[in-house]
Amino acid sequence: MAIPPLSDLPADAGSLDRATPAAASAVRLEGVRKRYGDVEAVAGIDLDVADGEFFSMLGPSGSGKTTTLRMIAGFELPTAGRILLNGEDVSNKAPFERDVNTVFQDYALFPHMNVGENVAYGLVIRKVPGEERRRRVADALRMVRLDGFDQRRPSHLSGGQRQRVALARALVNRPRVLLLDEPLGALDLKLREEMQIELKAIQHAVGITFIYVTHDQEEALTMSDRIAVFNQGLIEQVGSPAEVYERPATAFVAGFVGTSNLLQGDAAERVFGTAGTFTVRPEKIRLAEPGAAVAADEISVDGRIREVVYLGSETRYYVALDAGSELVVTQQNLVTSSMEALAAEGRPARLIWKRQHGLPINA
Amino acid sequence: MKPRSGSIWLRLATIGILAFLYIPLLIIVLYAFDTDRSQSWPIQGLTTDWFAAALANQSVGDALVLSIQVACAATAIALLLGTLASFAVQRYSFFGRGTVSFLLVLPIALPGIVTGMALNATINATGIGFTTFTIILGHATFCIVVVFNNVIARLRRTSRSIEEASMDLGADTLQTFRYVTFPVIRTALIAGGLLAFALSFDEVIVTTFTAGTQETLPLWIFDHIRRANQLPIVNVVAVFLILLSTIPVYLAQRLSSDTSGLAGR
Repeated sequence: MAIPPLSDLPADAGSLDRATPAAASAVRLEGVRKRYGDVEAVAGIDLDVADGEFFSMLGPSGSGKTTTLRMIAGFELPTAGRILLNGEDVSNKAPFERDVNTVFQDYALFPHMNVGENVAYGLVIRKVPGEERRRRVADALRMVRLDGFDQRRPSHLSGGQRQRVALARALVNRPRVLLLDEPLGALDLKLREEMQIELKAIQHAVGITFIYVTHDQEEALTMSDRIAVFNQGLIEQVGSPAEVYERPATAFVAGFVGTSNLLQGDAAERVFGTAGTFTVRPEKIRLAEPGAAVAADEISVDGRIREVVYLGSETRYYVALDAGSELVVTQQNLVTSSMEALAAEGRPARLIWKRQHGLPINA
Repeated sequence: MKPRSGSIWLRLATIGILAFLYIPLLIIVLYAFDTDRSQSWPIQGLTTDWFAAALANQSVGDALVLSIQVACAATAIALLLGTLASFAVQRYSFFGRGTVSFLLVLPIALPGIVTGMALNATINATGIGFTTFTIILGHATFCIVVVFNNVIARLRRTSRSIEEASMDLGADTLQTFRYVTFPVIRTALIAGGLLAFALSFDEVIVTTFTAGTQETLPLWIFDHIRRANQLPIVNVVAVFLILLSTIPVYLAQRLSSDTSGLAGR
C-alpha cells in the first residue's frame, strides 16, 4: 500500500483516532491540582484553551504556571483533576502518548546529534519514511530560517539559533498543541523582541495552538490571544491582553500586568466618592497645573510631585496625593525636554483622568 | 619572535619532569632487548630472544590469561554497578544519598593493604576459598569508583530535560535510553571502563591478599624479579604490561578530552 505524503493530510494526521466533537477545546483542565509534600504548587485550576489559540500563562516564579505546563506535557502527573487534549482524557498518560510537543527553557537539544538529526528525531521515532522525513526537516528548518544548518552541532550554535532548532524540532511533528516554557528567557532583549514577533508569525502560519509560559508581562501582552494570570497556584484572571490590562480583575493582576496604581480605603472614598479599591493606569492620567479645569466626565485629584524619572520617550512622575496614598503618572515627552520634566519635582500638580479609566477591582 | 625566558624555563621543567617519569621505563624496555642476562649498563647487544622465551614460558602465559580474565570481569562488574549507582545518586533523592556517594568513592582512598587485609579476613571467615572470583571481587572494589566518577560527572553536566524532550517527541523509556541517555554517557562509560581495566591489570597489593596460590601478571613479576636467571623474561613481561596499560589510558584520555576531563583517579 502506498503511504500518502503526510503533508497532504490534515495537520493532525499524526494521531490515529480523533473522532471527537469539533467543539472540544484543544486543552482543557478540570480542577487540576499538584501537590509536592506539603506544598501545593497548583491549587485547583480550570482552563479551556481553544484550537489555534496563542495562549499565555503569565505569573511570577513559583506561581504554578510551569508546573501546569509540565502536567499538560505529561512530565508531572496531577494530584487531582483531569487534563483533556482535544476532548480525550490524558491525565495519566505518558509524555510519548500525548499529541503535544514542548520547547524547553534550556532548549534540551541532544548534544550528540547535529541539527538535522535533532529536528528529525520525532519523525524517526514515529517511523516517518525517509523521503518524507527529509522534506519535513528541511521545511521546518526553513521556517525558523536555519536552512543549511543541518550538519552543525548544537554546541556550535548561538543561543538564538538553538532556540530556533528547538522550535523546529517540536513543530516538525505537527503537534495538536505546542507548549513553550519561557523559551526566550535566556536571550538578550533585542533578540527576544525579534523572536516574539517571529514566534507569533510562525504560530499564525502553522495554526497550531501555542501555550506559552512567561513571567514577562510585556511578552504576554505582545503575543497572546488570551492570557491567564497565575498567582500562588491559582488563576487570577483569564482574558485578552486588552481585558487583562485595562480591566484587571484583582489587585494582583493590576500590579503584575503593568503598574498597579491602587487607591484604597479613605483615599479611594475621597477621590471616587465610594469605598473600595480602584486602579488607574499611569498613562491614562494627565498631569496638569494646580487648579486646571476639569470636564464633567473627568475625575481630578491634587497632589505634589515627589519624584521624577526621565525615561527618554516618556517621563514617570510619582505624585503624593493630598488625600493620602500615591499615584504614578507617565507622560509622553511630546514637547517636554528632560530639563523641564526634572524641574517638576517638588511642585504641586493636579491629576486628571476620564471617569471610565478609574476601575474598581476586587482587592 | 623570541620566546620569553619564562616560557623557556617552563619548557625545560616540563622536559625534566617527563624525562624523570619515562627514562626508567625506557631502560626497562632496553633491557628487554639486551643480550646479556645480568641487566647492567651499558647493554651488550640487541636480541629478541627473550620475547620468544617469555612467549614459550607456561607460567607467563597462565598469568597473562588470568590477568586479562580478571580485568575483563572486574571491568564488567564495575560498568554495571558503577553506572547503576551513579544514576541512583544523581537522579533520585533518597535518605542517605550523600553517604552512599561517599562510601562508593572511599575505597579508592583507602590504602590497598587495608582493603586487602579486610577482604582476606572476610574470605577466610566465610570459607569460600581463594579463587579467580575473589581476585575479581577485590579489583571490583576500586574499579567501580572509576566508572561511578566518570558517569556521574557526565550526568551532572547533562540536562535532565533532554530525556524529557525525547519522550515528548514520542520515544518511550527504552527508546529514550537507547537513543539519548546511552549515547550521551557512552564515552564516559568507555573511558571509565578502560581506566578500570588498566587499574585492575597492574594491581598488586589487593591481589596478593585475595589470589591464594594463583598469579596474575604483576604477581608473577613480583615473584620472579628476585630470581636472577629469570630477569630478562621479567623485563619482557614488564614491557607487555606497559603496553597493555598505556593503550587503554591513552584511549580513555582521547575519548574524554572532547567532552570532559577524566574523573576518577
